[in-house]
Amino acid sequence: MIHLTIDNQEIEVEEGTTILEAAQEKGIFIPTLCYHEALEPYAACRLCAVELEGKRGSRLVASCAYPCEEGAVIHTDSEMVRRSRRITVELLMASSEHLPLVKALAAQLGVAEPRFRLPPDDCILCGLCVRACRDIVGIAAISLLNRGMEKRIGPPFEIASNACIECGTCVLICPTGALKLEDITKEEKAIHRWGSPFDRRPCHICGDHDLEPHLSLGPHSILGEQTSGEE
Amino acid sequence: MADFSAKEVDDILNGQRDGTESSLILILGEIQERYHYLPRDALILVSQWLGIPLSQVYSIATFYNAFSLKRQGRHIIHVCTGTACHVRGATQVLDRFQRRLEIESGETTPDWEFTLETVNCLGACALGPITVVDGQYFGQMAASRVDKLLKEFGMERERA
Amino acid sequence: MEIVRTPGQLEKLRRSLSKERDPNQPCVTVCGGTGCRAYGSERVLEAFQVEKKAQTNRVNLRMTGCHGFCERGPLVVIQPRGIFYPGVKVEDVPQIISKTVEKGDIIDSLLYVDPTTGQKITYESEVPFYKKQGRLLLDMNGQIDPTSITDYIALGGYGSLSKVLSQMTPEEVIDEVARAKLRGRGGAGFPTGLKWRLTREAPGETKYLVCNADEGDPGAYMDRSIMEGNPHRVLEGMIIGGYAIGADKSFVYIRKEYPLAVKHLGIAIAQARGYGLLGKDILGSGFDFDVEIRLGAGAFVCGEETALMASIEGRTGEPRPRPPYPSQEGLWGKPTNINNVKSWANVPLIIEKGADWYVQMGTEGSKGTAIFSVVGKINNTGLVEVPMGATLCQIIFDIGGGIPKGKEFKAVQIGGPSGGCISKEYLDTPIDYESLTELGAMMGSGGMVICDEDTCMVDLARYFMTFVQEESCGKCVPCRVGTKAMLETLTRITKGEGQGSDIDYLLELAEAVKSSSLCGLGQTAPNPILSTLRYFREEYEAHIYDKSCPAKVCRDLITYEVLADLCTGCVVCARNCPTGAITGERCAPHIINQALCVRCGLCKGLCNFDAISVS
Repeated sequence: MIHLTIDNQEIEVEEGTTILEAAQEKGIFIPTLCYHEALEPYAACRLCAVELEGKRGSRLVASCAYPCEEGAVIHTDSEMVRRSRRITVELLMASSEHLPLVKALAAQLGVAEPRFRLPPDDCILCGLCVRACRDIVGIAAISLLNRGMEKRIGPPFEIASNACIECGTCVLICPTGALKLEDITKEEKAIHRWGSPFDRRPCHICGDHDLEPHLSLGPHSILGEQTSGEE
Repeated sequence: MADFSAKEVDDILNGQRDGTESSLILILGEIQERYHYLPRDALILVSQWLGIPLSQVYSIATFYNAFSLKRQGRHIIHVCTGTACHVRGATQVLDRFQRRLEIESGETTPDWEFTLETVNCLGACALGPITVVDGQYFGQMAASRVDKLLKEFGMERERA
Repeated sequence: MEIVRTPGQLEKLRRSLSKERDPNQPCVTVCGGTGCRAYGSERVLEAFQVEKKAQTNRVNLRMTGCHGFCERGPLVVIQPRGIFYPGVKVEDVPQIISKTVEKGDIIDSLLYVDPTTGQKITYESEVPFYKKQGRLLLDMNGQIDPTSITDYIALGGYGSLSKVLSQMTPEEVIDEVARAKLRGRGGAGFPTGLKWRLTREAPGETKYLVCNADEGDPGAYMDRSIMEGNPHRVLEGMIIGGYAIGADKSFVYIRKEYPLAVKHLGIAIAQARGYGLLGKDILGSGFDFDVEIRLGAGAFVCGEETALMASIEGRTGEPRPRPPYPSQEGLWGKPTNINNVKSWANVPLIIEKGADWYVQMGTEGSKGTAIFSVVGKINNTGLVEVPMGATLCQIIFDIGGGIPKGKEFKAVQIGGPSGGCISKEYLDTPIDYESLTELGAMMGSGGMVICDEDTCMVDLARYFMTFVQEESCGKCVPCRVGTKAMLETLTRITKGEGQGSDIDYLLELAEAVKSSSLCGLGQTAPNPILSTLRYFREEYEAHIYDKSCPAKVCRDLITYEVLADLCTGCVVCARNCPTGAITGERCAPHIINQALCVRCGLCKGLCNFDAISVS
């Protein structure tokens, strides 16, 4: 068992637990964007960064990936953490302030206007869709393309994918709704963004054609607010 | 550069010392060398041969600067924009190339003669600013020497 | 090539090879580093080969690796006397053979002239550039043909490996490296012995070794020079490391932009295998070890160790968080020890001469030597190796020969895009890992770019940020978007569109990107901005408030004008101006139409009369 201190609370966890998992166990909230319990941590959004005290001063570490270490002293909501989170959100707002999710985060952290603008984009490059398709579904129909500011997500050659099995996992896991199942004809749906056509079949239990998948990660779960259970 | 041939790509694949995922970048490098770009069908072949998802192969093709998905020109011009070359005026050299060829860096002239690229440091800083054309090094470049270099590779002056 | 099966056989081979190298036989060494080749040293070598055939006496000819004095290539040194001829042309070759090699006469007109004293210098060891260095890792570069393993063995190469395999246990090797206090030469300076120990002690049978030869810092080429000029020394270090750590497979991850280094490394590996120094049961010790080459593909981020490993595994170079550190979980989840080229190259020397000898060089915290590629606005561009603790002043002025054209030194940028600049007040700082970090710079992999009064520090910061933006992998928000925000701000400032709030905004962004980024690239990307703001804030303020660029670099803030009294009306500039902005009749002073001028600088470069001014 590992003993450490989070927000002045002394806690005990199993070896191999990450700081985020430990915090969640104890009901301490840390916001995340690119984290999903069904996937390996990616540590890209930096929203989950927490302050870790060290011999030569404190530093920020991604709580989703950093393991709990014996004797560690961690602060999840210190001034250092809030400063970092504010800038991270402000930078996200540069292209995505129209997203309810980002708006809610900005409001919670007190960030007003972004001082820097980019063309609007629904995708925040959290990578959940790519990782889910590769590691949960096992198809890897889509991947991260290019690098830096050119980075985006798509199927090979950015044309309709042959490998996609239209399972909708990417749509479900996307936290911003950038991926949608859109109607084209009654019998066909295409996954918005990379146009994979497929045939829709009625559910063999209830006969319903019009299943609307629910987002599993809504703004509420990301912000840690209580939901009424209807989402 | 010849057109894509499945047999040739097959030879490249079979000539690998290590036929695992780890040699993916080496394989793509050889294909790039051969065709001056990565033909779509070559990527598909590689993905099948190595047994890795095409999305991964494509991801790598777009991530690394050494690979081009677009056909390139007969002559490939690399203008070094490393720090030493920059401080010695590489920007002006690049500018001059862009003006004369009427293309931006990363593009190819419409007649498929020249592709203009930048490269970050070839490690020959004493000769900066450096430009490499088809593997030939031209040191101590200046904007005023660009026209002459292009002439050596067959480009005549248009302006009187 | 015959397999050497025991340390005894290796020693026997060395002795017989050494005998063949008659120390008194004149040998013409021609520098074959990439720099000198770009100067045409291959044609010089060919000329020597032709001339050699025509001679009756035996003339030894050797093409070596990079000598380091890159400003003066092609370099030819006549051994054993060390007669130094810089800038040799093909036409000079016949008389070099007939006079110097045959008769031992010095050709005065070919000698190096010291620019500060005006004196001619005959011998390599007396050239100020070399004299004041302390060459350890680069010492063999002038003496061996890097494509010849026998040259390396003749001079004692693989002797340390032999000693290790026959007389030392793995733990003893680690102890020796630890006692020598060798620190990682990739830039961060982590204690090498400790890293080896951690990897050795990590649980698991399978372990890997990696040599990081992805030297991506623009302006840094020390690793290139070592890989081109003495690849066997690096291999020897790696084999010793493999033995100490318990790894039998290794990779050299080397940039594609270094084709000559890749070629020489490939030859070296094949030769080492041929002699049984790589492969199974090396020198009869029962230890197996081999090396494979993996090429980089144009991604600076792959110099970062987790991105590098991803690249070796056949994936994109996206870093991942640490812990776990590579020594615990590296390639394919196995413990992996990654070290820079120069770190590996130090190892055989430490084993040969001992840790006690090694710690005599350097400062308290940083032992051994440091190699810098000194480039930019400097008279003697080249590779400088000095003991840690040498001062910047010594490197830049005593060895580097100072600033060309009599210009003023302004700053030195150390550590590439991850580093920072140091202004003239700190030139007497002894160089080591700590002192540089304190000043806001970084040892990095050792690129040293000298800036003079004509360098705009805001433009320099913008240049580095452009570089980082292009190379960012794009995974994490602070680096991907934050560097873009910083770049945009800097670009506005250089265009005269700076606002009063920009400096504070830059500082705030810089702090956030530095502390929040996932990997070293993002974490160090703000350093050039932070250090230029620290020492050259007034330059930023001039751009923002006065809309002026004191160094006359930023295009939107300068004007080109023709000086009427110097202009001869030769029409050259007018003819070449890309926008037709210059008008004028023959033999009459010309005029630049400011509305059309794009400040490309071509006219100034072409003018033979210095009649174009910039303000």
